[in-house]
Amino acid sequence: MHTLANIETSWPDAIYAHFRRVGVRQVGYVPDAGHSRLIALCQADPNIADVVLTTEEEGVGLVAGAALGGQRAALLMQSSGVGNCINMFSLLRNCGFGCVILVTMRGEFGEFNPWQVPMGTITEEVLRLAGFLSYRIESADEVDDIVGAGCDMAFDGNLQVAILLSQRLIGPKQWTR
Amino acid sequence: MLDRRDFVRQLLIDRGDLLVVSGLGSATYDVAAAGDHPLNFYLWGAMGGTAMIGLGLALARPQKRVAVLTGDGDMLMGLGSLATIGVKQPNNLAIVVLDNAHYGETGMQPSHTFSGIDLVAVALACRFRDARAASRIEETADIRALLHAGDGPILVNARISQDDVPRVLPLRDGHAIKQRFIEALSS
Repeated sequence: MHTLANIETSWPDAIYAHFRRVGVRQVGYVPDAGHSRLIALCQADPNIADVVLTTEEEGVGLVAGAALGGQRAALLMQSSGVGNCINMFSLLRNCGFGCVILVTMRGEFGEFNPWQVPMGTITEEVLRLAGFLSYRIESADEVDDIVGAGCDMAFDGNLQVAILLSQRLIGPKQWTR
Repeated sequence: MLDRRDFVRQLLIDRGDLLVVSGLGSATYDVAAAGDHPLNFYLWGAMGGTAMIGLGLALARPQKRVAVLTGDGDMLMGLGSLATIGVKQPNNLAIVVLDNAHYGETGMQPSHTFSGIDLVAVALACRFRDARAASRIEETADIRALLHAGDGPILVNARISQDDVPRVLPLRDGHAIKQRFIEALSS
């Protein structure tokens, strides 16, 4: 059972609720506008060690170390960060470390910055090549179901799961300055 | 200059329940040569990631001591992880860099430390509680005590000789290394 009924909140809250449900104790991230609410929820939780990274590949090591110590860890990153992780992903696949990565997409729907497009358009394929099961979320009503299933597959099945949060869900980056 | 095998062997004597993560290449062979142990997590790849595995483990097991033993090449590739560790300030984590200033696995090309890049200074700048260099075998007992009871995060840059030593190859199956470690830690 992986759905959380009667939760009427924003999609980051639905992700956080699943982190609590499955007992995520460490969350690694590079600061990101799309993940800002989820990061704040994790930072405020005394049961979660929030680990701010200089680059996303550090988070792959963090997940492995946490698992060796008996804790579950999740990673939050932008699609550009997936590219930074590729060789380090071999650690997860080679040892069978369960991992769930929430990826906020750039370089797609409504993107104004062409520099985000090359990595954004290959993110899903890169993840699959690296051995991840990849699921894409287009709308907020899919978040609870897919994140719940993804967390269960990662932590009960020791699988590598990536959940792509589409730019349509997050909304295009706002530039007010 | 330290003999890498003597140094690592003395460092891991009577290790108790010290959790050890070894970086790919010679550091993994040195740790294996000191005696195989279920609480060794040997890396054979994932270059640059050793210190971060140590951090995840140290955060998950605050009552245990975690020692990362790795080479200068691996540490240089994961230099940013020193900043990440400095933010979290894990009291139970120590990193020992086996620094021969060269890339031993690929033919002894000089690393950045050969040109004087100072990992001790980097660690201090990253708010490590204790960061020091070591080059004499007589210092090993103090460093060993640091691993078991020092106030972390700690980095020791151990200057080892460039002498080539025979490879000692431990388990290479990642699933087996992981599973053995987890079972030993939870028993």
